[in-house]
Amino acid sequence: MNIVVCIKQVPDSAQIRVHPVTNTIMRQGVPTIINPYDLFSLEAALQLRDQTGGKVIVLTMGPPMAEDALRKAMGIGADKAVLLTDRFFAGSDTLATSFSLSMAITKIAEKEGPIDLVFCGKQTIDGDTAQVGPGIACRLGLNQLTYITSIEALDPKAREITVQRRAEGGVQVLKTKLPCMITMLEGSNIVRRGSMPNVLRAAREPILTLNAAAAGIEDVTRCGLRGSPTVVKKVFAPKPRADKAKLIDTTNRSTTDIANDAVDALFAAAPKLHTDLVGRAAQA
Amino acid sequence: MTEKAAPAPAAAAAPAAGGSRAGMKKELPERFRDYKHVWVLIEMERGQVHPVSWELLGEGRKLADKLGVELAGALLAGPGEAARKAVDEAFSYGADLVYLMEDPLLADYRNQPYAAAMTDLVNTYKPEILLMGATNLGRDLAGTVATTLATGLTADCTELAIDHEGSLAATRPTFGGTLLCTIHTLNFRPQMATIRPRVMAMPEAQEGRSGRVIRHALVMEESSVITKILDFIADANMDKAQLAYADIVVAGGMGLGRPENFKLVTELAAVLGAEYGCSRPVVQKGWLPAERQIGQTGKTIRPRLYIAAGISGAIQHRVGVEGSDIILAINTDPNATIFEFAHMGIVGDALQILPALTEAFRRILAVNRLAG
Repeated sequence: MNIVVCIKQVPDSAQIRVHPVTNTIMRQGVPTIINPYDLFSLEAALQLRDQTGGKVIVLTMGPPMAEDALRKAMGIGADKAVLLTDRFFAGSDTLATSFSLSMAITKIAEKEGPIDLVFCGKQTIDGDTAQVGPGIACRLGLNQLTYITSIEALDPKAREITVQRRAEGGVQVLKTKLPCMITMLEGSNIVRRGSMPNVLRAAREPILTLNAAAAGIEDVTRCGLRGSPTVVKKVFAPKPRADKAKLIDTTNRSTTDIANDAVDALFAAAPKLHTDLVGRAAQA
Repeated sequence: MTEKAAPAPAAAAAPAAGGSRAGMKKELPERFRDYKHVWVLIEMERGQVHPVSWELLGEGRKLADKLGVELAGALLAGPGEAARKAVDEAFSYGADLVYLMEDPLLADYRNQPYAAAMTDLVNTYKPEILLMGATNLGRDLAGTVATTLATGLTADCTELAIDHEGSLAATRPTFGGTLLCTIHTLNFRPQMATIRPRVMAMPEAQEGRSGRVIRHALVMEESSVITKILDFIADANMDKAQLAYADIVVAGGMGLGRPENFKLVTELAAVLGAEYGCSRPVVQKGWLPAERQIGQTGKTIRPRLYIAAGISGAIQHRVGVEGSDIILAINTDPNATIFEFAHMGIVGDALQILPALTEAFRRILAVNRLAG
C-alpha cells in the first residue's frame, strides 16, 4: 500500500495578533504547527500501513520552512516526506493548491508506484475551507470519502474500503474502491506520539523537494495567484460595535441582587422572550 | 475557498493586505457572458431539507433583486412526495423557479452522482451565482463542482453583496477568524460560495407563492456509481443538531476553570430549556466534545438569548454568535473583548454568577407558573 498524507504547516492561531494600528497580521514569533485536523488523517494512514504494510508519504506545499512540519510528521511515524515549494505557488487559492498538489502526487506515483490512498485534513485552521481534499480527489479521479468517523475494513486484494461517514442526522456506512481520498473527522482516533527512534530518523531522513518543474508542472500560470480564479479585494478587521455592553451594577451588591437585576434587564429588553418562557414553564 | 497565501516565502500564511491583485479588473470572457441568475442548492438528504437551504434562498433573493435576475432553487432528490413538498417550500421562501433532478441515485448523498448532476445542471442552464450550505454535504459537493468547472469558490462566507460591476463580493473570516476578507471571482462563472447554517437569517415563508419547475434528468446508472451505501445509522440522540437552531444557548469558556464546573452551565440551560455549548479552547482541552463548540470552526448560533460565561470573546467566537438577539456576557475581566459585542454584561466570577442566575430564573418562572 502506498499512502500519501497531505499536511499543511499553519500558524498556531491561538497566538496570532493583529496590529492595533495597521490592522495587519503580526506573524513574527508566532509558532507554527501541523494543522491539527491533518493529524487525525495521518494517524489513520499510519494505522492502515501498520495493518497492511507499505509506506506513508507525507506531502506539503509551502515555503522551505514547511520542512519542519514534514520532519514532525516523520517523527510521528511517516516513512517519507515530500516538500512542494516554489515561488510560483505563492498566493494559491484552493483551486490552484489542489492542482499543484495533485501534480506532485502524480510525480510521487512515478517514483514510488501507484498511490492507493490519499489522506487530507478535514480542513485547515487558517483557511477553514475544506476544499483542497475534494479538489485533489476530483483532479486525480479518486473516490471521495470526507468526514470519516471510522475505517471499518480495508481489503487490499479486492481493493475495497468500508468506512463510516458523518452525515446529517446519522452516519453513512460506505464501501468504495481504491484509490480513494479520505478526510478524517476530528476525534476519530488518538494521534500517537513520536517515538524516539522515529524522531531520530526524522532528523536525518532526506526530504524530496520538488519545485513546479520537478512536479511536472509545465504551465505555471495554473499555479499560485495566476492560477487562482478568486481575488482577495480587501482584508480588514471587524468593526467594533458602536455601543458596548450595558454593564449590570455590581458595586457592593450580592450575587443574588446582581442576578435578579440581570434577569429583569433581560426581560425588559426582550418581553416576548419573557412571555414565551413563562408560557413554557406553565406547560411543564 | 481561498486559503489565499501571502507572497513567498510565507506561502502558508493569510493574505498580506489583500494580496497583489486587489486592483485587478473584471474582464469576463465571452463564454461566460450568458451566465445569468442566482441559484441556491436545496440540500435534501433522506427526504429532509436542511434549513440552511431556506436561509440561503432568503439571502439569494436579495442578490437576485439587486441584479434584477431570477432566483432558482436546484433540488437533487430521490423520487417522491418529499421532493414535491420541497419544491413548494422553495417557492414560499422566495425561489422563482426550481430545477428539479429526481432520481433514485440522488436519494442519499454520494459525491459522484451529486457532482455529475450539479455540474450538468450548471453547464446546461448557466447560473452566474451558485450558493450552497457549508454543511458536510455542501462542502463535499462544492469542492468537486468548483474543481470540475474550474471556477472560484469562497467557503464559509458571513456576508454576501453585489459590487458596482455586478460581481459577487463574498466576505469571510480569514486567518482563523482574526480578520475578515472580501473575495471576488472576477472572470469565471458561476461565482460559487458556501455559507454556514444560521449565518443568514431564516426568511418568512410566503404562503401561496408559486413558480416554475424545470425537470432535468440524471444520466447515470447505479452500476456506474463506485461508492455503495451499505447502511445508515441514525443518531440515537439528536442533541448534535440542536445547538445551531436553539432558542436559548448558555455557554462556558476557560474562565470556568475546570471541566466539573460546566454543571453550572448545564443547570442554567436546564432551567431555561436551553442548549449548552462552549468556546474553542474548551474543546481543545478535551473538556467538552467538538459538537458543543460555538464559533467560526464550531457551530454558528442565532438564538434569542445567548449567555456566555467565562468566554473572552475572540473574533472567531464572535462571528459564530453575532446573530444572537441578546448576548449576556459574564467575565471577571472588565476589558474582555466579549463586552465589546455583548449587549449586556456582568463583571464578575461566572462560578458565582451562574448559580445565582439559575436561581433567579427558576424563581421568576416558578412564580409566574403559580400565578398562571
